[in-house]
Amino acid sequence: MIRWDWIGRNLPEIRELLGDHIVMALLPILLGLLIALPLGLASVRWRRLYQPTVGIMNVVYSLPSLAVFIVLIPITGLAEQATVIVPLTFYALAVLIPSVVDGIASVPTHVRQSAVAMGFGPMRRLLQVDLPIAVPVVLAGVRVATVSSISLVSVGALVGRGGLGYLFIDGWQRQFPTPIVVGIVLILLLALAADGLLVVAQRLLTPWARARSSA
Amino acid sequence: MITFEGVTKRYADGTIAVNDLHLEVPTAEITVLVGPSGCGKTTSLRMINRMIDATEGKILLDGVDVRTIDPPTLRRGIGYVIQQAGLFPHRKIVDNVATVPYLLGWDKSKARARAMELLERVGLDTALAERYPFQLSGGQQQRVGVARALAADPPVLLMDEPFSAVDPIVRTSLQDELLRLQSDLHKTIVFVTHDIDEAVKLGDRVAVLRVGGTLAQVADPATLLSAPADDFVREFLGRDRGIRRLSFVPADLPLRTDLTVPDDADISKVAGVAAASGLTWLAVVDSGGRPSGWVNAADLPLSGTVADLRLMPYGTFVAGRDSLRSALDAALLAPSGGAIAVDDEGRVTGVATAGALAAATSGIAAEGVGTGRG
Repeated sequence: MIRWDWIGRNLPEIRELLGDHIVMALLPILLGLLIALPLGLASVRWRRLYQPTVGIMNVVYSLPSLAVFIVLIPITGLAEQATVIVPLTFYALAVLIPSVVDGIASVPTHVRQSAVAMGFGPMRRLLQVDLPIAVPVVLAGVRVATVSSISLVSVGALVGRGGLGYLFIDGWQRQFPTPIVVGIVLILLLALAADGLLVVAQRLLTPWARARSSA
Repeated sequence: MITFEGVTKRYADGTIAVNDLHLEVPTAEITVLVGPSGCGKTTSLRMINRMIDATEGKILLDGVDVRTIDPPTLRRGIGYVIQQAGLFPHRKIVDNVATVPYLLGWDKSKARARAMELLERVGLDTALAERYPFQLSGGQQQRVGVARALAADPPVLLMDEPFSAVDPIVRTSLQDELLRLQSDLHKTIVFVTHDIDEAVKLGDRVAVLRVGGTLAQVADPATLLSAPADDFVREFLGRDRGIRRLSFVPADLPLRTDLTVPDDADISKVAGVAAASGLTWLAVVDSGGRPSGWVNAADLPLSGTVADLRLMPYGTFVAGRDSLRSALDAALLAPSGGAIAVDDEGRVTGVATAGALAAATSGIAAEGVGTGRG
């Protein structure tokens, strides 16, 4: 069923698709974090912003990705990375903004109060107390967003830029299953590897969080 | 000294947390704010370091209105200990303790060295320094909380129910530790609790607040127990106020030195001592001068020595140091009704008889007449 010789012959192209896939999947997470952090913090500071922000993000999340890709083509261009990256950034935001808000909310009241009482100013408290303590909750959101982003990229193949998703179209058009299997396996491995790396990163970043619930 | 001058805290919805509070917190003493929940004790505490700002009135810290000091600067000069310790979960113990020195811009190694010194001072193993808070017990976390509050050596310490979340045995040891630390450090401490026993044990002065944020009485513990200002205070102090009060009365008891016999004495000598003293219960003392028990001279065999007798249980108190409550407790352990007085080395210095103890306690009761009932 699998034509190993096809894989051997197309290795350079597969590698290129994989690289493209990684960039289009992970860049939205990075951009998402950069945007979600200030928006999340603003929602914590001004609680009234939170519900509308989450509402808008949920509406965006419910839009079919293919429709968004197509709408974006006139703006960002056919077969361009940006056509995929922009919508995926919004999907990431829908997960990451609530994570940032929940992360800050996970700082126990007595910890926040003692930080104030020790003489932390607002900025210092945010950077040295609130954000570090929010890391485990934010990272949990990053894991969800990353895995979903990796799988969503392939839809972009329908607008000419889908990373490994191209293999699905290629295999289907030619009634030739090998590229499809290769695509599925690589996307799966990529998701597992990204998630594994995030778990390791969390262990290293937050050695204090392992028995958190009891602390 | 911290002075509350007509301080009121009123919230936007009209709730009054603290109402026209006038209070002086003397330097180098422990002042306890005690009262039921809703009496404004925590609010009063937090107005000192401006975690809450007063609506009316002034709080002076050594004559300076705290409202004129920038809050972070003010707070770095005031130690603060909170109920669940409030340690930073993401920082190692040593860095938790060094928090305020870091904020003050101390050199990192100096701040850490100071933190290690404080861990020792509050009775913690310095091996805990590199751990995270979740790896410590509640009592240990609370000690770290105290060490952190002391790190920059602030003259003032605010403690908000710091020991109420730990079990009673740990609480007692933390209280003793605080008193020991205070005898070295002489900080100006404001301590909030809802537990009157804790208030009376720790406070040089105790301020009792009532619901609605008014001051019911402020006095030293002995005065509070002997002369509660009104029914609210009396009720808050509880039913065993009389016996607790004895903790603050020194055991100045007349000691009899003619009521002891050596543990190798002959029965006839025991009978002689009893006859000469006119009392039947005698304290038996071993060759090292330490007590071994009581004997009843009314119940002696015809011959033999003290060693053949069954000695009855006893209790001791240190004359000139322990309270009347300790002496009474010692007496309650013995069928003789008397307490054996010892010196710091545990050697017998005399005997307080049941009659002497009764006279002393009735004297205390007489002092209380007219100032309290019940």
